[in-house]
Amino acid sequence: MNNINDTLIPKIGVITDVRIDTPDIKTFRVVTPDGKKAFDHKPGQCAMLSVPGVGEAMFSITSSPTNEEFMEFSIKKCGCVTDWLHQAEPGQQITIRGPYGKPFPVDDVFAGKDLLFIAGGVGLAPLRSVINYCRHYRDRYGKIDIVYGSRSKDDLLDYKEIIEEWATDDGVNVHLTIDNPQEGWDGHVGFVPTYVKELGFDTNKVAVLCGPPIMIKFTLDGLCEIGFDKTNVYTTLELRMKCGVGKCGRCNVGAKYVCKDGPVFRCDELEELPSEY
Amino acid sequence: MQKITREQLIQKASELLENGTVSAVLGWGIGEFDYDVTPTVFSTVEELRNGFVFNDFCGANFSKYLVKKTDKIEGKILVFLKPCDTYSFNQLLTEHRFDREKVYAVGIPCEGMADIAKVKAISGDGIAAIGSNGDKLTVTTLYADEPVVIAANDVLAERCINCKSKKHVAYDELMGEEGEVIESNRFDEVARLEAMTADERFAFWQNELSRCIRCNACRDACPACTCEKCVFDNPNSGVENKSPANEFEEKLFHIIRAYHVAGRCTDCGECSRVCPQNIPLHLLNRKFIKDMNDFYGEYQAGAEVGSRAPLVDYTTEDLEPGEVFDRRENNA
Amino acid sequence: MRKCSLEKINLLFKEIAKNAELYLPQDQTDGSAAYKKWEEGSVWSNALNTVRSPKDFFFPQTEDLMAFKTEGKNIEVIDTRKALDDFVIFGVRACDVKSFDILDRVFLSEPVDSFYALRRSHGVIISLACSKPSETCFCKTFGINPAEPTGDISAWKTETDIFFESNTQKGKELLEKLSALTEECDDTAVVDQKAKIDAIMQKLPLKDLKTDAFGGGKTGELFNAPEWDELSEACLGCGTCTFVCPTCQCYDIKDFNTGNGVIRFRCWDSCMYSDFTKMAHGNNRLTQKERFRQRFMHKLVYYPENNDGLFSCVGCGRCLVKCPISMNIVKVMKKIGGKKGE
Repeated sequence: MNNINDTLIPKIGVITDVRIDTPDIKTFRVVTPDGKKAFDHKPGQCAMLSVPGVGEAMFSITSSPTNEEFMEFSIKKCGCVTDWLHQAEPGQQITIRGPYGKPFPVDDVFAGKDLLFIAGGVGLAPLRSVINYCRHYRDRYGKIDIVYGSRSKDDLLDYKEIIEEWATDDGVNVHLTIDNPQEGWDGHVGFVPTYVKELGFDTNKVAVLCGPPIMIKFTLDGLCEIGFDKTNVYTTLELRMKCGVGKCGRCNVGAKYVCKDGPVFRCDELEELPSEY
Repeated sequence: MQKITREQLIQKASELLENGTVSAVLGWGIGEFDYDVTPTVFSTVEELRNGFVFNDFCGANFSKYLVKKTDKIEGKILVFLKPCDTYSFNQLLTEHRFDREKVYAVGIPCEGMADIAKVKAISGDGIAAIGSNGDKLTVTTLYADEPVVIAANDVLAERCINCKSKKHVAYDELMGEEGEVIESNRFDEVARLEAMTADERFAFWQNELSRCIRCNACRDACPACTCEKCVFDNPNSGVENKSPANEFEEKLFHIIRAYHVAGRCTDCGECSRVCPQNIPLHLLNRKFIKDMNDFYGEYQAGAEVGSRAPLVDYTTEDLEPGEVFDRRENNA
Repeated sequence: MRKCSLEKINLLFKEIAKNAELYLPQDQTDGSAAYKKWEEGSVWSNALNTVRSPKDFFFPQTEDLMAFKTEGKNIEVIDTRKALDDFVIFGVRACDVKSFDILDRVFLSEPVDSFYALRRSHGVIISLACSKPSETCFCKTFGINPAEPTGDISAWKTETDIFFESNTQKGKELLEKLSALTEECDDTAVVDQKAKIDAIMQKLPLKDLKTDAFGGGKTGELFNAPEWDELSEACLGCGTCTFVCPTCQCYDIKDFNTGNGVIRFRCWDSCMYSDFTKMAHGNNRLTQKERFRQRFMHKLVYYPENNDGLFSCVGCGRCLVKCPISMNIVKVMKKIGGKKGE
């Protein structure tokens, strides 16, 4: 029966590098046992990672599709699978299947536009893929603004990459903020939604939001206040998933399956859904 | 046929609603047919007139609903309790599962409830109407030219055939006449199982439990199963499962549940009533009740509020574990 | 059309079972019927239908998906799928045959579920017309005619004979193999039975149940209907309706450590269960009302929205018979649909 592929049957992935990002987030580099990328993906898509005997869970692919060598996953410790992964060392094998979900419309809607990325906490993980994709094809996009906030400086994901690579790019503006004042931090202090309003962006751009539900809600309200249209704002949803392909029924909200029809949604599409996400 | 009528119950409930004693009524809601009643909360006299029903198919034990409903409702809730339901009511009070002050309990007599599957076995399928008259049920079907007349006693639910008590052990008000605790034959079936060889008994349960679809209806209907979070629903427990990884696990679920409710199970029979696969789950519980009676003296869970079940009450007269073992050896 | 005398039915079963495993409804010790493998001496049940639906044949309650062997940091994925022989399911009612179409749209849409597809491709379905529908039947509401069951072969049973007509190549081939035990006949008896069934259908209590209030695009209109509170009030949150339902197909994937490796299996799951949507950091349906609503909205609105208006209910009535509190899709449709549902 080995000749019939089934999406539920995963490939083997090897963790080749573990980077400690924050006190509760680690970034895992994964390749196949023969050192290749497990599969191609588009920005915003996800993969199912599993540890046999522990469980399987959906994670957004943090690395950019333009990275031809490996995939990366920034994973916050918050459940059985993630707890296990956090104690894994390089060389550890896991299983991987995907890619799943609808990506960000980077090649059509985003093309030629100014982009505004807004993330909170581990919400930067799915955006890192799209941000690096847009940086790679820099000439396809207009000005890029990135607003990113976390509880503290230590909780900022990819801090080194943000400072050393993103912030030094032409036409890319990075605005960092942390929730409370902290020694050694001379940047902005305050919550993301408020910071976004303070920054007061012009509305002729596409905005992408990712973070905790409460941050998304208030940021979206703020964007609408300063004149953004919801048809120009994208976000991602996260619900419990098992199959990844819209069959097991778990992530069904309204007529949509988050694993298959999402995780990327345009904010006006979300309004059509019942408020169960 | 029940001695108390729908009209009497509606009148009582209406009085209590109107004079402000209660703000809601937990009763039986009318269904599509004459037998598919649904536990329903009524808030007005009009709702009662339109939707309240009482007949030979009002088997559901309301006691467990009080745990959630008393939390939600302002003022008191009126609950109608059949004698067997009052035992669960007391047991839940013993376990501090709801606030007694938020309940107005009206005890109602019960002549035993009918099992629709037994009715259909006699009348045939395609029921158009079921009438009740004295001790007879008159069943009109789509296929028989004449209505089929059935003796109510011939279609009694198993738990009602073995009714343990017509006496209400808890109420604020009693409608009709009080009954007595009955010397039932409810342990006969247990004795029959005990008389089997271990292999026969294993085969019996193997056959019965093989039908289990793990819907959890037995647990969810059980008035003794009121844990806020059941171990079988907890992914971190290591035993959580919707369906068995193997056959053995299925048996384990029912046996663990029986152990968990031992000493607290009042033998209300809801588990077997709700089982979609007609598994006689109550026999597991009854076996434990019988054993506890034999080992520690007669004990009826829920007979009074605050009583301590033998398994959680040490006395110096308690049977030595060794003797329990010896008796089991003699039984096997 | 071919017929076989009921006196010879066991010979017919024997003949079918020569070439393929044969499953048919048989009485269990509790009086209900279940699909069981035919063996010499098996008796075909007279029951209208089985408690468990035949979805088990294609989507079993539990099935192994794969196994893993782990050694140190290494993992090996073991494909546990096995080749399957053809099997025949006999006596499937029209409602249940229709349920396979509904399941197909989920499992056979891309990416195809190979576990389901394999079973489906090996199953031969012999359906059976319902001469005596129950008061709980409402298949007509969903456009199903119990007098015209589909499947690979359609069958009609009279007092004396059973009549067969093949609908597919698979069915035709099977019927040809049975030619020694069947004889060619006209359709007089079947036409007569169809007329009788039609007449009964006019008398069923749920004959006027309508779907007009439901269908794709009605989420906004129905989701916040105040009736959901009352309808879900007494729901125990058990999985009876889901598990007896021929069209419910939600599943869970779990790992089981055998002590000698890990088996990953899937099993039926229910949106009625409190942990169905529970995640490490929250749950998007915290109340039984939300979970109850999800089940019916899915069958009556979401599924049709994604499947050309096809409802995910076949009116088999199992939930009407089995729900511990007698709450079911008919009551939901009448209450939520208001006058339109009458």
